[in-house]
Amino acid sequence: MGKTLAQKIWEDHVVRSAEGEPDLLYIDLQLIHEVTSAQAFDGLRLAGRKVRRPDLTIATEDHNTPTIDILKPIADPVSKLQIDTLRNNAKEFGIRIHSLGDADQGVVHVVGPQLGITQPGMTIVCGDSHTSTHGAFGAIAFGIGTSEVEHVLATQTLPSNRPKTMAINVEGTLKTGVTAKDIILAIIAKIGTGGGQGYIIEYRGSAIRALSMEGRMTICNMSIEAGARAGLIAPDQTTFDYIKGKPHAPEDWDAALAYWQSLYTDSDAKFDLEIDLNADELEPFVTWGTNPGQGLPLNGAVPNPADIADSEERGAAERALQYMGLEAGTPLKKIVIDTVFLGSCTNGRIEDLRAAADVLKGKKIAPKLRMLVVPGSERVRQQAMKEGLDQVFLDFGAEWRNAGCSMCLGMNPDQLAVGERSASTSNRNFEGRQGKGGRTHLVSPLVAAATAIRGTLSSPADL
Amino acid sequence: MEKFVKHVGSGVPLRRSNVDTDQIIPAVYLKRVTRSGFEDGLFSAWRNDPEFVLNQEAYKKGTILVAGPEFGTGSSREHAVWALQNYGFKVVISSRFADIFRGNSLKSGLLTVVLPQESVEALWVAIEADANLEITVDLDSRTVSYSGVTVAFELDDYTRWRLMEGLDDIGLTLKQTDFIDAFEAKRPAYKPKTLPIRI
Repeated sequence: MGKTLAQKIWEDHVVRSAEGEPDLLYIDLQLIHEVTSAQAFDGLRLAGRKVRRPDLTIATEDHNTPTIDILKPIADPVSKLQIDTLRNNAKEFGIRIHSLGDADQGVVHVVGPQLGITQPGMTIVCGDSHTSTHGAFGAIAFGIGTSEVEHVLATQTLPSNRPKTMAINVEGTLKTGVTAKDIILAIIAKIGTGGGQGYIIEYRGSAIRALSMEGRMTICNMSIEAGARAGLIAPDQTTFDYIKGKPHAPEDWDAALAYWQSLYTDSDAKFDLEIDLNADELEPFVTWGTNPGQGLPLNGAVPNPADIADSEERGAAERALQYMGLEAGTPLKKIVIDTVFLGSCTNGRIEDLRAAADVLKGKKIAPKLRMLVVPGSERVRQQAMKEGLDQVFLDFGAEWRNAGCSMCLGMNPDQLAVGERSASTSNRNFEGRQGKGGRTHLVSPLVAAATAIRGTLSSPADL
Repeated sequence: MEKFVKHVGSGVPLRRSNVDTDQIIPAVYLKRVTRSGFEDGLFSAWRNDPEFVLNQEAYKKGTILVAGPEFGTGSSREHAVWALQNYGFKVVISSRFADIFRGNSLKSGLLTVVLPQESVEALWVAIEADANLEITVDLDSRTVSYSGVTVAFELDDYTRWRLMEGLDDIGLTLKQTDFIDAFEAKRPAYKPKTLPIRI
């Protein structure tokens, strides 16, 4: 029987396999950031251990960094200590770091691909659950905790149990105004926040093939929101073209390409589970609740918990409506938004900014609404400025910020206030995720832009 | 890591599903560079509510958290495990855990026990009837027992052995260095390196 893509990559990285033990898996690349690494470096120091492969490790600052006045000393002393700790650890252990002000500083999952360091057939880890983003290149990429960060630093391997494999087949053609973000939100609503547990998901089908690399990254990014260990897409010409010419593209291109071209699921391979989604029928999708599975097409209405048969889900929906301050039956398009956030590892790349700017151009922001535009990396910011997108956002009335995770997780000062409601291109609508008491609706960049114009959840078709 | 063989304690019933790691510990608490002191941020958004289970006097001494399904979804932050441990929890019971949280907990010595949802519900009822109910979580026999009820749970032999011996995972892997050296010797040269820096 043939093998799935995930099985092929996994088997190419098994250092040691023994009955009754997890596989010892070789890790091709570890990405490091300030929030989940300090305790790992401390552990190394305590045990007198070194970093085995600094040349397979790269660090940047993103979660806790300010997005204004980035070259001034960081005001919050606790945040400053965390950033300084990363810088000192990188220096002590000989790890490459891209700090605030550097062209390659930014959200760790935007930085890897833009450097060409994310390539097909790799195993990639980071102390961040959205590491699944890199699966867009046909890599097994997954988030780990700090104990595992330390493990990979010390050994460049990770003992791991082999996940099951799931295929999600998305066939058809997306309508105008429907994007990769809508596909993944629809998938999560369909299989639930735990639907992917224990699986690596392979996204397949004509609608996936038609996506750009950035769209594919948006899809793989949110695999974790369906509970999956990782998500990936087989590499193809789109992938190879994206990597070609990037700083760390392989020097021996032909050898690399020959391997990459072997990375696909064999026609006679069997997945543990297969799910189908029809791309023709998809509409712009938004969330109404407090987990990413609580989403609906934008044309829908806030659901009535009484209509939900499962008692656990019904209770969750009741709590979600109370937290979100929503009435059952309210059309989603009537929901008034206070803040629009455009950015994050999900939707903070150049194509996302272009798509939003295209909608906003020549328009004015809705009264009383604020919009934050936070590029995913400094390089994305510079590219956007070269194209004049910054001016489009500023003329519209949005704030144009420096790169970082920003309001996606509200760790730095970019937060929602209690009761404030956002339309956000990020990945999590958890209670308090964007600030204590803040209310989040997850949306695509197109919906974010249209919402900023109208002041209520909207798509460009409503303009 | 501390050895885990058996724990006897009282339970805390957390009747909620999809308790994500942002609920367990919000991002604003993640700025610290230590592994301790995170108990002040545990379930911080709910701690102002006097009705919240951790604020009820009866459950103040609880060391076994009994939660709804999909516990620990979301962010990979191991701080969620540390916050539960720093507060005093030794065991978390749920019918479903998110993968990364489960991995983190078992690396750090917080035992996460998967029981069928009906066993979780029965345990909730029993704890709510008697907050001092003595619950025994025995890793050796892989069982949870209380007032005459015994429920078995699954945990793979390898993880169980590692927890019961309190073994350092990195130390175990470093014994396999010959295998790692051999693997690296055969790695293709076209695989990317971060150093030297190319721009």
